[in-house]
Amino acid sequence: MLRIDRASYDAIVAHARRDHPDEACGVVAGPEGSDRPERFIPMLNAARSPTFYEFDSADLLKLYREMDDRDEVPVVVYHSHTATEAYPSRTDISYASEPFAHYVLVSTREHGDQTGLVGDDVELRSFRIVDGVVTEEDVDVVESYLFGHSPTTVVYD
Amino acid sequence: MAIEVRIPTILRTHTGGNKTVTGSGDTLAALVDDIDGQHPGIKGRLVTDEGKLHRFVNVYVNDEDVRFTGALDTALKDGDSVTILPAVAGG
Repeated sequence: MLRIDRASYDAIVAHARRDHPDEACGVVAGPEGSDRPERFIPMLNAARSPTFYEFDSADLLKLYREMDDRDEVPVVVYHSHTATEAYPSRTDISYASEPFAHYVLVSTREHGDQTGLVGDDVELRSFRIVDGVVTEEDVDVVESYLFGHSPTTVVYD
Repeated sequence: MAIEVRIPTILRTHTGGNKTVTGSGDTLAALVDDIDGQHPGIKGRLVTDEGKLHRFVNVYVNDEDVRFTGALDTALKDGDSVTILPAVAGG
């Protein structure tokens, strides 16, 4: 299951809508081993295409160096599909190379001023892609990562 | 001659989980052969049967993408740092 905070979720969707009709892409980084997406990093789609995305190679190096320095990993790798459903394409599967990442797809095929879907629903789905095998998972959007965790220690004088 | 090579998560199955390995070689091709000797199978993940770098892997010498510096013919010297990163791409 992908557990993601509302702010990151909304930022992914907003980026996908903004870059429509081109595909949008990026990552949400988080502390290594936490499986908690915390730091939203929109990336430029170097392909600038409605059917393909690719992180610019210099940006990619900079991103991984920065995550390395901060002991972060790409917890979420997201991109949009602009004319098809939010499900990994064959190309997505062949390129997928982060076995521990949640691959998030957003479809903007119903894109209008808003999504155009009933209730302005968002078509966002999450997958694991490991050795060419796609497994869909639930998406749990939380307001904050603080809720549902053990309370932080409170020290009374 | 020692060249540090940073290994991405997906290739760490070949390196016993290590994030970096050390190898040697005057060119990137020689370095890849050297690290494949120590960590069998890694070359096949980087180089095609035709002897070219895979389209979906990026290799950097220091800060330079080797696509712009001669690919596998890129010259290396002692102290260089090589980073391997899978492309983040799709359709």
